[in-house]
Amino acid sequence: MEAPEWLNNAVDLGTSIMAVEFDGGVIMGADSRTTTGSYIANRVTNKITPVEERIYCCRSGSAADTQAISDYVRFYLAMHKAELNDEPDVKTAASLFQLLCYNNKNNLLAGIIVAGWDKHQGGSVYNISLGGSMVKQPFAIGGSGSTYIYGFCDSKFKPNMTKDECIEFVSHSLALAMFRDGSSGGVIRLCIIDKNGVERRMIPGNQLPKFYEG
Amino acid sequence: MTSVGSGYDLSVSTYSPDGKIFQVDYANKAVENSGTCIAIKTKDGVVVGVEKLIPSKMLCHGSNRRIHAVDLHIGVGISGFLADARQLVLRARAEAKSYKQIYGQPIPVKVLSQRVAALCHVYTLYGSVRAFGCSIIISGIDQEGPQLYQVEPSGSCIGYFGASMGKGKQAAKNELEKIKFNEMTTHEAIKEIAKIIYSVHDEVKDKDFQLELGWISTTETKGQFNMVPKDLQSDAESYAKNALEEANM
Repeated sequence: MEAPEWLNNAVDLGTSIMAVEFDGGVIMGADSRTTTGSYIANRVTNKITPVEERIYCCRSGSAADTQAISDYVRFYLAMHKAELNDEPDVKTAASLFQLLCYNNKNNLLAGIIVAGWDKHQGGSVYNISLGGSMVKQPFAIGGSGSTYIYGFCDSKFKPNMTKDECIEFVSHSLALAMFRDGSSGGVIRLCIIDKNGVERRMIPGNQLPKFYEG
Repeated sequence: MTSVGSGYDLSVSTYSPDGKIFQVDYANKAVENSGTCIAIKTKDGVVVGVEKLIPSKMLCHGSNRRIHAVDLHIGVGISGFLADARQLVLRARAEAKSYKQIYGQPIPVKVLSQRVAALCHVYTLYGSVRAFGCSIIISGIDQEGPQLYQVEPSGSCIGYFGASMGKGKQAAKNELEKIKFNEMTTHEAIKEIAKIIYSVHDEVKDKDFQLELGWISTTETKGQFNMVPKDLQSDAESYAKNALEEANM
């Protein structure tokens, strides 16, 4: 008998992730679906992972790879924090992600968005692509679901949005991506980071923003 | 020199009964025999100056430099054995490069100083090596603003507003203590350093010297460590000579 696909397929974060800068901080968002093939291994996954007190990353690609990378970055940042005797910058964290993703690009499947707050730059968002390039962006989207919402995000994004505008931008974008993308879904997890700290939110699957569903 | 002949000064891995590492003290003596090096941290930058003693008239002008750039935003001034110090400069450059490569940011002056100090310190731990016969002043500008650190043969790393080392250390220190660092500009600091170097220079014992000046400023050098331009340096030197003549009258 043929083995069920969830036994042999890789655990994949077919994903919709996103991060946006706002005045004084960042909003990060992600869906919560983890799949092995077409089987949903976890419907309430947390893909927004801390690497420092105020620096988080959205993970997409192989769950194993991205977990391992963020473990390394968390360790390196802790050492760096001790040497610096101060909180590391978001750019520092992004550089570490880039170093790991680029040097091991042949063995990794990882698309990561690094975002957070530091006292020098305020809120900032960095996109680490599959090949290991690092690009600073006012907002970033990633994962398989992101392909469906490039146009929506381009039309709705405007610079210097308020925190509440950003939260709406993120939740609407992700809801649209999760609806069209078969390997994204579940709940929306949000992470709001500014100088006062980190706030986590969750929008349940039955309370997602609704759009045309034809 | 009570230590000589006692047997406690043969290795850096031996303490004397009163708790000293004589080899480190000797390394400090090597620094004290060398030309004076001083630095001033102002509100907009740092200026470093060295009294470079010229042992022979046949030396090319500008050889045996005692001020070196480590990275775009950091430079060092040297007192003591030049060959030893160059090794530290080499290491500092390597540290700056690797930090930039890993963290994507220019190395903070404090981190660089501490790493160089750690190297100096390692050379006070093993019987198979000798301590570095030099002190260096590390000056630069980073995210926290202008920074000035001094690293000694013992491996200590201390931040200063004004620092001095070498032959005229004490005399220079007395002059530095009169300065109000937060009210000074780098331009004024250049003149002040030239004046101090000229005033602590001992014409009887050391015949000839060349003044080396390096500076870094957020406004004047756009955050880059440079040697002081010729015109500014000659202005400062003539100011120093005039001040010295007036004082001798």
